[in-house]
Amino acid sequence: MTDTLDRAHTTSELTPDPVDWSKVQRWGAYAGLTLAFIAATGMTLTFHQRMIIAPWLTMGAVSMAWVPVVYGYIAASRPTPDGEDHYQPAERELIAGGVTGLLSGLFVSLFIVIIDQFDLTEVFSKTGQPLVDLLTFGKPLGVACLLWVMGLGLLGLFGGALHIFSKTIRRVLSWAALGVLGVAMLELVITNLLDGLSLDWLVDWIYAINGGVTSIAAIVIGVAFGTIGYFRGDTTLHERRLERMALDPSVLRQKNRWAIAMVIIAVIVVPMFAGNLTNELLSNVGLFVLMGLGLNIVVGYAGMLDLGYVAFFAVGAYTTAILTSANSPYWSPELTLNFLKPEGWIILGVVIIVAAIAGIFVGTPVIRMRGDYLAIVTLGFGEMVRILFLSDWLAPYFGGAQGIRPVPSAEIGPVVIEGTNSQSIFYLVAFFCAIAIYVAWRLEKSRTGRAWTALREDEDVAEAMGINTTASKLTAFVAGAILASFAGMIFAVKVGSVFPNSFKLLVSIVVLVVVIVGGMGSIPGVIIGAVVLIGVLGGPTQPGLLQEFGEYKLLIYGVILVVMMLKRPEGLWPSLRRQHELRHDEMSQDAWLTGESELTGDVPEDEAGGTVLTDDVAVVEDDEL
Amino acid sequence: MSDRKPVLEFRGINVHYGPVHVLKDMDIAIYPGELVCLLGGNASGKTTTLKAILGMVQPSSGDVLIDGEIVTDDTTAEIVTRGVTMVPENRRLFKRMTVKENLEIGAYLRTDRENLDAEMEHIFEMFPRVKERLSQKAGTLSGGEQQMVAVGRALMAKPKVLLMDEPSMGLAPVLVQQNFDIIERINNEGVTVFMVEQNANMALSIADRGYVLLTGRIVLDDTAQNLLNNEDLRKAYLGEAE
Repeated sequence: MTDTLDRAHTTSELTPDPVDWSKVQRWGAYAGLTLAFIAATGMTLTFHQRMIIAPWLTMGAVSMAWVPVVYGYIAASRPTPDGEDHYQPAERELIAGGVTGLLSGLFVSLFIVIIDQFDLTEVFSKTGQPLVDLLTFGKPLGVACLLWVMGLGLLGLFGGALHIFSKTIRRVLSWAALGVLGVAMLELVITNLLDGLSLDWLVDWIYAINGGVTSIAAIVIGVAFGTIGYFRGDTTLHERRLERMALDPSVLRQKNRWAIAMVIIAVIVVPMFAGNLTNELLSNVGLFVLMGLGLNIVVGYAGMLDLGYVAFFAVGAYTTAILTSANSPYWSPELTLNFLKPEGWIILGVVIIVAAIAGIFVGTPVIRMRGDYLAIVTLGFGEMVRILFLSDWLAPYFGGAQGIRPVPSAEIGPVVIEGTNSQSIFYLVAFFCAIAIYVAWRLEKSRTGRAWTALREDEDVAEAMGINTTASKLTAFVAGAILASFAGMIFAVKVGSVFPNSFKLLVSIVVLVVVIVGGMGSIPGVIIGAVVLIGVLGGPTQPGLLQEFGEYKLLIYGVILVVMMLKRPEGLWPSLRRQHELRHDEMSQDAWLTGESELTGDVPEDEAGGTVLTDDVAVVEDDEL
Repeated sequence: MSDRKPVLEFRGINVHYGPVHVLKDMDIAIYPGELVCLLGGNASGKTTTLKAILGMVQPSSGDVLIDGEIVTDDTTAEIVTRGVTMVPENRRLFKRMTVKENLEIGAYLRTDRENLDAEMEHIFEMFPRVKERLSQKAGTLSGGEQQMVAVGRALMAKPKVLLMDEPSMGLAPVLVQQNFDIIERINNEGVTVFMVEQNANMALSIADRGYVLLTGRIVLDDTAQNLLNNEDLRKAYLGEAE
């Protein structure tokens, strides 16, 4: 078997395969449909308002241009023989990429003709005259279509041509492109930060007056990032992590300590210089880190898919509001959330107790369920809590749709923490995140943490080993609930009010997506997931860094989720255990398929010499058993 | 034998799964140091019997006794603490945890943490291969090695009674023999073994006594030697035509 594989490799190296036309057709069609989709949903039109490189490249153009390049690259790719990182001769790649681009151009032309001739605005509200004008560049229809076909063909050709370049060149190019794009997209935050550091002249130099990077700055940034890319070397993030793992434990601990110290200093120092906008973003990220860490205990550690997590967030927020607000309809002790006074501690204690009770309350009935059923029931509970807070029946206690407001500021001694001062909110969030990180980290390493892992692996056997499955699951639910209630408490103070509609199902889903995208069971993963999704794209109601994305946030969430599940199911920064779990499953499958079943052992023969086929074949070793 | 107190006992156990009557008036007594097997075909209630012992299934009537004390309403954790552990059918290791983690889960309920290393050493003595595989994921082991870890995991709780659910299931014939050697050896070290098996011939060859279960009812109860010579049993279970 290996022999035939080897021969196949050799032949492919000698004579280049002809173009794989079905693949080209397929990816050409994908590209065309993607482009039509992007245009039809109105992204092109909306993003066209935003400059990337002033004055000639807008984000609208970028939203279209990447498609033929990337899809052309994919259509032209083929399995690489070992040790070869680019193909020679390259006609095949150029043809494949170019034709993919041309095909997508034809699709786009067809799309333009359709939206020009027919009125589709009933279905796709954004396909009106402005979009036609934009896509035809104000030229006659025929000319515009020709331009699209040629333009996309060229971009596809470029995509295919990327295969000709060596890995190093590809890396330099992608670093330069992503660098310029990144600096342009992060305009708001970078401006905000540089202003805080009184580097106004740098802002004026990098960014044009109407937004976007200036052409000269784009070249400089591109060169700078390209240089970084050139010197960065070939290793992937995963390889580097494995290298780190191989280090001496004491060296590793030293390095980790430095890294953690740097992060702590950054968290303390950066908000001092950042403006309100950046701090607002950071606080939102922090809130979702807090919730993500909590949900990570339930989903990542204990393996229970909880879709009603927002309930605990709501409980925390409402408890805080009732205890502190002067306008709480039924009972208002009007305590002050001052963390240096007994009153503050009472509030914190009550929030924890109420969250724990809520955790047990929701947890107990669902504990006997597994998998899908658990998800469905928790989903129901999450909605129930919101609807109860919304109901007229409980309105005398919780204010119904009016909610409770105002929720007064929190205090730490003389320092006031209020929503309008996002810097103070951020420090509060960061403090609770630090607690949450510590708790999650200790739990993971604890005896309970190990029980959770066993539970996730095989619940029946875990029970037979004497693990109290009910108690373990409830512990996970309660720990998750308490962390979410902290987030709710801060949220109430930050927004200054609580309404039932702040606690929709979408919050549960977004927190879950943060955990999944970051990497289930991984603390740094949750933080990175929150930064990427909440910070950049925005939360359910919170605007993110790319405010233009607001309308398309959920669409992009969906795309990210699908791509992640297909390409990187372990998340952006997976826990090593999860990574191993997913990789191992793949490995054992592959090994089984190729017959190199090192993992399951060789197929033994029975005494008669025939092959024994049992469901779990085992090797007999010669030493004493 | 009758002068001793049974370490594990069933008194008139009935188990229902909804309308299905799974175990019917079951009486079992296992004495310290014995190696007893429970024979029966598919769906005769063998695994349910083990689950009833461990408190994972609640009997509708009757009592389970360990060391003469009624434990029918005890939780699984309490029963494991009393010294009864199980090697599940098909081994069922925590495949994506390391071998060491698997062993540690076995000792989950032990309070004498300081003795765990010694316990592990004892298991390595019995299965040197396990020591070599300690940091490997359990799922990457061969079937025979997995069996050793599964037994090791159960022994980590330092049980008085070891329950074995279908130890021959899914193993190559050669391994089955080795597996039964292991069971015998554990028994010789003083651990009482209660084994559920379909492979009657093999099980009776090492057992002291045996029970035969037919659709939830004990139909035969004798010494292993007598059972091996029992004509009816030979026909029913040992697959001999004459």
